[in-house]
Amino acid sequence: MSRAALLVLADGRFPAGGHAHSGGAEAAVRAGRITGAASLEDFCRGRLHTAGLVAASLAAAAAAGVDALSLDAAADARTPSPALRVAARKLGRQLMRAARATWPSEELDALARAFPKGAHQPVVLGVVARAAGLGASDAAYCAVYESVSGAASATVRLLSLDPFDATGVLARLAPELDRVADRAVESARRVAGEGVDALPAASAPLLEIGAEVHAGWPVRLFAS
Amino acid sequence: MHLDHSHDGPAAVSADAHRPNGSRRALRIGLGGPVGSGKTATVAALCQALRDELSLAVVTNDIYTREDAEFLLREAVLPPERITAVATGACPHTAIRDDISANLEAVEDLEDEVGPLDLILVESGGDNLTATFSKGLVDAQIFVIDVAGGDDIPRKGGPGVTTADLLVVNKTDLAPYVGSDLGRMAADAKAQRAELPVVFQSLRSKGGVRDVAGWVRAQLAAWTA
Repeated sequence: MSRAALLVLADGRFPAGGHAHSGGAEAAVRAGRITGAASLEDFCRGRLHTAGLVAASLAAAAAAGVDALSLDAAADARTPSPALRVAARKLGRQLMRAARATWPSEELDALARAFPKGAHQPVVLGVVARAAGLGASDAAYCAVYESVSGAASATVRLLSLDPFDATGVLARLAPELDRVADRAVESARRVAGEGVDALPAASAPLLEIGAEVHAGWPVRLFAS
Repeated sequence: MHLDHSHDGPAAVSADAHRPNGSRRALRIGLGGPVGSGKTATVAALCQALRDELSLAVVTNDIYTREDAEFLLREAVLPPERITAVATGACPHTAIRDDISANLEAVEDLEDEVGPLDLILVESGGDNLTATFSKGLVDAQIFVIDVAGGDDIPRKGGPGVTTADLLVVNKTDLAPYVGSDLGRMAADAKAQRAELPVVFQSLRSKGGVRDVAGWVRAQLAAWTA
């Protein structure tokens, strides 16, 4: 693996469309569930252990070479909210575009042909990691970090939260990010023998409900 | 290197002038500029002026609403399937410059769904004087300012005023009421832009968009030549 390639892929400025999404933070702010750094930390922790764990497991499995079609179906089954499925495929398509220009690979081209309107973002992320010469653990780390960093930076914009406080939240969550990434890699390893049902299916009902409500707002800053 | 020429992938990855099926894609023109300067009004007037001679579509980048797209729909300047709104996460300049993926997706979907298209207008959300479009997204860009925003804007320069392929100074009919000196604006713009063109327009009068429409036709002629 190349540690530097991992930094390129994990960089919040990697041009793959994430800046327009709040990871559910916009809905949670409106509902009064995120009001400052402490509640942002709670929100991110919940996201990490549910959506983050599922995304990281899918990404790790894809990076390990598990069939992307079955992983994409597994992602659909783990995403009850239609609005979140749309957002995941949009982000997958955007990541695909950026990655094909950055790390051209036959595997990415094949995935783009199979999903012209986008596969689930974590599945694409795993295949991108392979194209970048990275492994399952790297893909899992990207996914767990994204699962909290997007919400944190969105909250800075939504609440005018002190950016140092938001970054402090991410730093305090780091040991948990390590543990969730390890768990994701472990479950991805079991897919070889047990199939995609070995992947976790942790769900966060409030994130799913919030996403559906958010999609209906006429005025909003973020796409999801 | 044209990545998409080596295979039949579903989408181009950058500003490649050809679509995956080998046909030439639509010319893409970006319109940027400060809030309220008249970008949407200019887009609407361009659509009305050009829709009978060209196949065209519009992408709007609203900052936090769908108002620009809804204005265009309400004015019925184009059929609704030819207008797409992109959400920008509070950062309109990011969506047109630093991370253009959502806008590229929108222009490609328009070509797939209502194409073939000659022209796609990409309207930025209202922003500041530094907002410019990536060359990966558009082939040429128009920067729209207005006389009521202060007649010192051309003098202040900035990437939009200085480098846009066309600078439009809008709402010239308001100049006498807000004390803006059009001669001074023209001289300052000339100093900032050298040979790059500047159009002064008022969309209040019939045919007010004629000069900008003429510039767009010239861009299209060069693109298809």
